[in-house]
This record gives sequence, structure tokens and C-alpha cells, in this order.
Amino acid sequence: MLVEIRDVHKRFGGLEVLKGINLDVEVGQVICIVGASGSGKTTLLRCINHLEKIDRGTILVEGKMVGYRVGRDGALREESDRATAAKRARIGMVFQRLNLFPHLTAAENVSEAPIHVRRVPAATAQARGLELLRMVGLEEKASQYPHQLSGGQQQRVAIARALAMDPKLMLFDEPTSALDAELVGEVLETMRRLAAAGMTMIVVTHELSFAREVADRVVMMDGGLVIEDAPPAQFFAAPQHPRARAFLSRLRAANGAQGSHGSAPTRDER
Amino acid sequence: MIFDIHVFLDTLFSRVFFLPALTTLWITLAAMALGIVLGFFGALGALSRWAPLSALVGLYVWIFRGVPALVQIVFWYDAVAEITDNVINLPALVAGVVALGVIEGAYMTEIIRAGLISVDPGQRDAARALGMTAPMAMRRIIIPQAMRVIIPPTGNQFISMLKTTSLLFTIAVPELFARATAIYSENFKYFEVLCVVSLWYLLLTTALTAVQQFVERRYGIGPTATGGPHRGVLSRVFGFGLPQPGI
Repeated sequence: MLVEIRDVHKRFGGLEVLKGINLDVEVGQVICIVGASGSGKTTLLRCINHLEKIDRGTILVEGKMVGYRVGRDGALREESDRATAAKRARIGMVFQRLNLFPHLTAAENVSEAPIHVRRVPAATAQARGLELLRMVGLEEKASQYPHQLSGGQQQRVAIARALAMDPKLMLFDEPTSALDAELVGEVLETMRRLAAAGMTMIVVTHELSFAREVADRVVMMDGGLVIEDAPPAQFFAAPQHPRARAFLSRLRAANGAQGSHGSAPTRDER
Repeated sequence: MIFDIHVFLDTLFSRVFFLPALTTLWITLAAMALGIVLGFFGALGALSRWAPLSALVGLYVWIFRGVPALVQIVFWYDAVAEITDNVINLPALVAGVVALGVIEGAYMTEIIRAGLISVDPGQRDAARALGMTAPMAMRRIIIPQAMRVIIPPTGNQFISMLKTTSLLFTIAVPELFARATAIYSENFKYFEVLCVVSLWYLLLTTALTAVQQFVERRYGIGPTATGGPHRGVLSRVFGFGLPQPGI
């Protein structure tokens, strides 16, 4: 098991955002987390690499807690910044907001962490960075700054940047939600290739066609709980929970109104 | 009124202001260095989630930004010696640099704090998610971006500081204005001497403006960064300037 999430609770002030989450992810699996905004999807993702603290429960990645250690009295303590950072380095993350480092070129964005966190020799990291940029189809943009790239290109650089640390696990937090519709496809395509290459991925998304096509399991969150956890065929054909059914029909209506975006061709296009 | 052109030119081209100008510049740089260091730690303290620390920084800014510089200068030079029974008796130059540096720290706390909070919190998240420790994220990701906001007002502070050093004539620091007072109290040519010393101050502020512009260009701030027409140091000072080669 690569990720084990047990009874995770998280509150922001008076608002309990996660109310006891359980989730397992095996090596090589792609898990898509769907749900209405405010259901706790993003918070759960940020708890996995300890960008947020958790109030109760445990999250194990490769069998180890991220951000916590067991104290001498058996209680959980926050571990040192350095120890957490080292564990985070093995967990890639791509955010909803486009947050490449604006003061660095695409190539520098990709090689920054290998050079300064991993202490890889600069030449090695730069060569590997170019290779990764080629993989996401942006080798010719290596010396451009983020503001010179489209949103879709920025997200592909962000994927390359995360991959440069050789992660065991990739977290995607609505990576296409901030993009114009016509740029969504290129990002999903990159993610699809990554999944096909065997990367373990947890993807928070509203792109149901992507979930249907790529996910091993679709997890639906609602009100801080997992209410549905099933293979996509089962999830889309026969969701068990009434809220899941309501959510699916709402999203389908919305997608129908906008026309299908995302790269999966509709029946007409085929 | 007769403007004594001979006194003016003699004073202008004598070397009497050379060393005092260096002293003024030296004090400015030292006080700003102290202020920037204090301001950096002040900003970190102000942004700390630990309430007593941010309250302490608030108190520091409130006091040292709120009390007149002249009061603080005399405090460090005379009052400190008095209340410590001469155990701490700072030389005038040291007292002056400390007084101005501590005041500057209060202003720089606010400037650097504004710079740090101007950086999108997502940048910190992205840096941390890549395995950077908090200090590394600060040094390599946050501060370089905060510089765009920090540098322009800091340039102002340098120029303001250069002029504020003139207050140190009250504790007999041999800077530009102290030298001017010594000269005009001998020859009574107040206006001529003030004209000369003003020219010295303008020379120094012009030099600082050029340095500021160089630094801004290095950090990609200003008209060139947004693709607007480039303006050289002459145009910054006078509102017009020579065309810049190659742009």
C-alpha cells in the first residue's frame, strides 16, 4: 500500500472540513477524487503531504507518516521541518492555481528543487530537466518565463517540475480548473501518459471523462466524508449514494450546457 | 542682496566638503545596513504566528517610528551614557549610526513585511511541496519575488536617510551639514555655503538614484520589465534625458 489514510479529521476554526476519511491507494493506481466544492477534496490532498496539519487520524505514505512522529509517550508530535521536507520531496504536487516560480525560466523551475534540495550537480539536473520538458512537449520553451507561457503550458511545466524529484506519488489538485477550456486537453493528455507509465496518482478533478477513462477508482467526497469509492464503470453506472447520483446528474447537465471540454472526443466527433 | 560668487566658487571647489561627504555617505550606508537587517527580522517577527513576537515587533515599530529622530539621536548619545552611569558611552558616530539604523529598522520592517506578503501564498506551497525547508523556500523563492515590492521604497529610504544624517550635526558628527555650519559661522555667508552643501547632497542623491536604477533593472522592475519606454537616470532626475543606446 503506497498511501493509507485512516480516520483523518481536520477542522479550520469552527468548521470541520474532514470528518473521518479512510482511503487506500496502491502502487500504480490512479485515484480520482470528485465532489462539490467545499466537500474537503483539496484539503485532503494538502493533508497528504502535510501542507495542512491534521487534527486526528493518520496518513501513511510508503508506510511513514508525513509531518508527524511518535513521541516517547506514544503520542503524535510534529516532526522537524527538515524531516517533513525530505518526505515531501518524494511526493509531487500540481496545484490548481498556476504557481510556477515567476522569477525562473521553465527550465530553471524544473531544475531548481533537484539542484537545491537533492544537491544533484547542476549540469545533470539541467539535462534531466530538458528531458522532462521534452516529455511534456515543451522543450522549445525551456528558456521562457512563466508569464510567456499559456496556462496549459504552465501546468505541463508544473508537472515536469514535480516529476524532476522522481516522486513515488503525484497529487493533482484540480490541475485544469483554472484553465481556458481549449487548454484543458493538453494537460489531461500529459496526465494520461503519466498514468499509462505507471505513476501512482491522486487527482482531484471535475473532468469526469478523464476519471472514467484513466482512474482505477473514483472516490466521491461529500461534507468531509468519502461517500463513494468504486471503479469508474461502477461509479458512473450505478452510484450507491443518493448524493453521488445527484452530483453526477448536475455535472452532466453543466457539461452538456458548455459542450464537452476535455480531450475525450464525443461520439459525434468520432 | 548680493550673492558672493567668489565665496560660492571657492567653497565649491575647495576640498572642505570632501571628507564630510564621505562621512555622510558612510553613515547612510551603515545605518541603512543596520535598518535592513533589523527590518528583515522585524518583518519575520511581524508575520510570525506566535502572538507575543508580532506584538513585540508592533511595539518596536510604534516607538521608533513615532518618536522624532532628533530625540532618539540625543537619547543614544547623551541619555544612554547618563542612565548607565557612563558604562555605555557611545562615540558620536556610533550613536548616530545606531539611532538612525534603529529608526530605519522600524520603517524597513513595514517595507519588507509588505514585500513578503505580496508574494502569492501558492508560491510557498509549491516550494514546500518540492521538498524545500522553510528557510530555503524563503531564500530561493519568496525573497527574490518580494524584492520587486521591497526595492523601490527602499531606494526612497536611502535618499531620505542621506538627508536625515544632517541631523547628526547636533551631536558633532563631522558630516556635510556640520561642516557647513562651521564654515558659515566663520564667514557669515549662509546662503552661499548652503548652496554648496545642497549641491553636495544633490550629487549624492543622484548617485544613489543611479544605484537604485541599476538594482531595479537587475531585478526586472520598472518600465523595461513591462515593455514601456526605457528611462535613464537623467530622465529620472530631471524628467528628460539622453536617448539610451541600444533600446
